[in-house]
Amino acid sequence: MRDFSYLRASTLDEARQAVLQAGASILAGGTTLIDLAKCGVAEPETVVDISHLEGLSGIEVTPQSVTIGALSRMSDVADHSGIQAEMPAVSESLLLAASAQLRNMATIGGNVMQRTRCPYFRDPGTFPACNKRNPGSGCSALGGITRNHAVLGTSEHCLASNPGDLAVALVAFDAVVDLGSRRVPFDEFFLLPGDTPDRETVLQPGEMIIGLSIPKSAAAKNSTYLKVRDRQSYEFAAASAAVGLELEDDGRTVRDIRVGLGGVATKPWRARAVEQALIGKVLDDATIKAASLLAMEGAVAQSDNTYKIDLVPRVVARAIETVSTDKSGGLA
Amino acid sequence: MTIMPPRKHGDASDGMVGGRLTRFEGSLKLTGAATYALEYPIDNLAHAALVQSTIAAGRVVSVDVTRALASPGVLMVLTPEDDLGLRVSADWQGNRPEDKPYHPLPREVQFNGQSIAAVIAESREQATEAAKLVVVTYEETSPVMSIDDPAAGEGKLMDNLTIGWGDAEAALAASPVRIESEYSTPREYHCAMEPHGLTAKWDGDELTIWEPSQWSHGMARMYAEWFAMDYEKVRIISPYIGGGFGSKGQPLAYGAVAVAAARKLGRPVQLAVTRPQNFTSYGGRAATRQTIALGASEDGVLQAIVHRGRTETSVYMDYPEQTGAATPILYKVENFSSQSRVVPVNTVTPGALRGPGKNPSAYGIESAMEELAYKLDMDPLELRLKNYADHDYQSGKPWSTRMLREALTQGAAAFGWEKRSQQPRSMRDGKTLIGWGIGCGTFPVIRAPSEAMIRVLANGRVEVVSGSIDMGQGTYTILAQTAAEALGVPVSQVDVLLGDSRMPGSSIAGGSMLAGSITGAVHKAAIAARDELIGLALNETGSPFRDTGANTLSLVGGRIEASRGGGPSLSLQELMQALGRDELEIRRNTLAENAQTPDDQKQAWTTMSKVQGPTSGDLSMHSWAAHFVEVRIDEDFGTIRVSRMVSAFDCGRLYNPKLVESQWKGGIIMGIGQALLEEGVVDPRNGRTINSNMADYLVPTNADIPDIEVISVGVPDLDASTLGGKGVGEVGIVGVAPAIANAVFHATGKRIRDLPITLEKLM
Ligand SMILES: Cc1cc2nc3c(=O)[nH]c(=O)nc-3n(C[C@H](O)[C@H](O)[C@H](O)COP(=O)(O)OP(=O)(O)OC[C@H]3O[C@@H](n4cnc5c(N)ncnc54)[C@H](O)[C@@H]3O)c2cc1C
Ligand code: SF4
Repeated sequence: MRDFSYLRASTLDEARQAVLQAGASILAGGTTLIDLAKCGVAEPETVVDISHLEGLSGIEVTPQSVTIGALSRMSDVADHSGIQAEMPAVSESLLLAASAQLRNMATIGGNVMQRTRCPYFRDPGTFPACNKRNPGSGCSALGGITRNHAVLGTSEHCLASNPGDLAVALVAFDAVVDLGSRRVPFDEFFLLPGDTPDRETVLQPGEMIIGLSIPKSAAAKNSTYLKVRDRQSYEFAAASAAVGLELEDDGRTVRDIRVGLGGVATKPWRARAVEQALIGKVLDDATIKAASLLAMEGAVAQSDNTYKIDLVPRVVARAIETVSTDKSGGLA
Repeated sequence: MTIMPPRKHGDASDGMVGGRLTRFEGSLKLTGAATYALEYPIDNLAHAALVQSTIAAGRVVSVDVTRALASPGVLMVLTPEDDLGLRVSADWQGNRPEDKPYHPLPREVQFNGQSIAAVIAESREQATEAAKLVVVTYEETSPVMSIDDPAAGEGKLMDNLTIGWGDAEAALAASPVRIESEYSTPREYHCAMEPHGLTAKWDGDELTIWEPSQWSHGMARMYAEWFAMDYEKVRIISPYIGGGFGSKGQPLAYGAVAVAAARKLGRPVQLAVTRPQNFTSYGGRAATRQTIALGASEDGVLQAIVHRGRTETSVYMDYPEQTGAATPILYKVENFSSQSRVVPVNTVTPGALRGPGKNPSAYGIESAMEELAYKLDMDPLELRLKNYADHDYQSGKPWSTRMLREALTQGAAAFGWEKRSQQPRSMRDGKTLIGWGIGCGTFPVIRAPSEAMIRVLANGRVEVVSGSIDMGQGTYTILAQTAAEALGVPVSQVDVLLGDSRMPGSSIAGGSMLAGSITGAVHKAAIAARDELIGLALNETGSPFRDTGANTLSLVGGRIEASRGGGPSLSLQELMQALGRDELEIRRNTLAENAQTPDDQKQAWTTMSKVQGPTSGDLSMHSWAAHFVEVRIDEDFGTIRVSRMVSAFDCGRLYNPKLVESQWKGGIIMGIGQALLEEGVVDPRNGRTINSNMADYLVPTNADIPDIEVISVGVPDLDASTLGGKGVGEVGIVGVAPAIANAVFHATGKRIRDLPITLEKLM
């Protein structure tokens, strides 16, 4: 049997020290890590259990922002009334993720760090080639089944999609990742695969997520998360969008709009082209439709996932319609 | 034999047959008190982990076990090099092929995910880790990946499945209205909540196996044959089973490996098949393709049905998934032709999965019937009623009972079908398209003999003892109801012992045959026990009835007394005391009087050779269903939600309507999964099933299931079974997928002919 050592960290510093060692993995809720250990993908030499650390599970709503400790449970964040009031898309993205059991176990830090569902990544015994697992070994998804793979941000080395739901809302509303010694904007936290798909974030050895902070905004307050999939619950997104909207005082013109995309990109995706096309515009069906098409700028599809190119703009458009009708009961 | 007058279904609240009792073992399962196969505490247990192939076809050249053997706790590694000393077993019918060795860890690789080695260690974790260290070197050959692989060809014609009457081709050509389409279904899997596995323990030359089993006696026989030992020396223990759906009716290669390892090691061995390994350790439902052509007159009278089916099988065994099973019996048609082929590909041999044959078959014919209805611009309900089969056109025999017309009309009324608009895309709610569809289903009445024992104990309790099994379908409960009613005692006085091959023989819990078979045996044994008790009470010294002059007694509500009233009244306990008896044991079976030899009995309980099909007598006997479905489809996203379902069934008399309804609903829910979600996804390059886990192989969640209304329109069918019931376990799924596909067409105007109907197919 492969032995590993288990360390139950009692302070943050102890945990940081421990994860400096090569082969160390943080264990929070364990719903990703243990799953990947069973598949033979994660083979940590040391497991650093942070789940008992004090002071990392708070949720705080200040006049400027919402801060969430890394060890807050998905369910606690989803059910938090302050978050529901200030940024409904954040709560909705969590409620539409995983299952109730998983949400009760899983933490926000672990959720941000969850790994791709690429089936080739998860079956090392059968598919040795995977650049994300084993740099330089190739990519088994190319030429394989790619229905759930990304169409945005891909490279010839990896097309695995980032599966997270919450991350879509976080990228849309300019969350900041608190690493203790530094703070990183969410959009910069994740890396494109390029030719190093094994490197997914800017986390350096010894660093860990302490918490997240999401600035309050009028757009976040008027937001929604739309997740499209075949199964009604407990399935990753075929495509999803987190959208927030702020109108000018005239009640018709777009002052601020945020569009995040999920299920279709190699990292949590901000559709800035869609936002740019709508700021200063009066929303109507045609404008929304035209702008939503920009979400797919630069998309590259494989044979099995071309449907996403059609699906994503429809999801974006519907989400924009939802936040614009909520205000006035009809399109402005 | 006395036959109890059947009650009107659903009106017995007293717990007798027809009563809506809750499952006896339910609370044990909910509280974790029910012990499953891998949960028995067994001393000195070793654990086996399987190593499965990662290529689809070829040969194992060598297996390097050095690192695995050196890994902590490892006791033994079995590979194709090891001769485990097994012999091939006879098939389900009991036919023995030529005697030759059986290699459960073969050298020839026939599919990706085939077990080729096993590591046995002190703990499951040690075995699992060491299994990853086994290095297999292959010589690959070129595989056939799937039925769609050009290399697969047309397959082999199964002559025994060719059906025909009239001149279908000519009648089709002469029909003024025709449709022809191809329908496909993918590989589908059982996904029982309890994964497969077993614990095997040798005591000298006796073998005990704890393994979830749909057929304790049949499995004991097959294990005995593999290990060339007496059937009586093998014992299968399986009191609780976490679902089977057809997958747990026979021992499988991993079972042979675990038992052989236990023998070699001289220690009990447990083998847990992991969830991914469950996708390749036994076969799910075969992928199917069928072409159906229908010819009709202009007013919608069917003239001809031409059906051609192709289904996947493995390269080492022909398993036909009979797509022509429902096609010939649903409608009145004078000209019919069906042919079926199996197409060998590099997969594990497919197997029976809830409603085998009938399920994909109904998907084909019921989709085609609606295509015809739209072509005729006729209400699909009207088309079905117009072509109602007054008798079985295939066998030419009359139906025993067939309340399908009532199922269609009562189902339609409950659903509100008359409010439907004929045009596709004519019902919507904003961006949501709404559609309605119908699908009919059928499943044959399969009859088999069984045996049962009734024990009356000194304390007055009654035990029903049978080696049959309960995988959640309610055997415990309905046998208590059956015995209570026949004996005349309250159901609370009855205990039921099941799931042990040492107990009295029984048919398989498959083909929806168990309930009809085993209630017949229990009923017979209970009546005999009652007669015996009454006889003893009248005649034995010590009995207070002996000198009362009574010549008949009755046993009602647990009390024995003179039928004409007056005189003593004793409980069973008091009677047993008066008789000075510790126990009264009565064993009866439902084999024919002239087929009672030990050999007959063994054959009956351990093979399918005494099983009778639906038309083996003068009648044609089947269960029937009509499903009515409403779907709501997001026009932009193509996402489908089943929003309403009404299903009406003719399953004869219901022994326990509460349990029957849950069987029907379970089948319907599986049908929703089949229609919209389920598909084994195979990598085109190496034949690997890449979604072999419960996150990626999608089955319905609660959120996917609407309120389902089920209606019983059946009447007791005493030709079908002793108590008048027909099978209920499988018919529920049959016809659901076409009803949904038909509703999707009605909603969108798009006919999707390959399941599952996922969102991109509608975008
Ligand atoms: C069947 C299934 C379905 C799912 N469906 C969805 C879904 O629909 N949508 C969705 O969004 N998610 C889904 N998930 C993913 C789920 O949300 C994640 O598994 C969960 O959020 C991870 O949190 P955890 O605390 O359990 O993480 P862990 O498993 O403990 O950790 C995950 C990873 O993050 C690292 N890590 C943990 N905490 C920190 C930290 N503070 N700083 C740095 N690194 C850290 C760990 O080392 C590990 O690599 C699903 C998971 C499963 C198993
Ligand atoms: S897509 Fe990425 S994760 Fe998947 S096999 Fe290729 S490299 Fe690995």
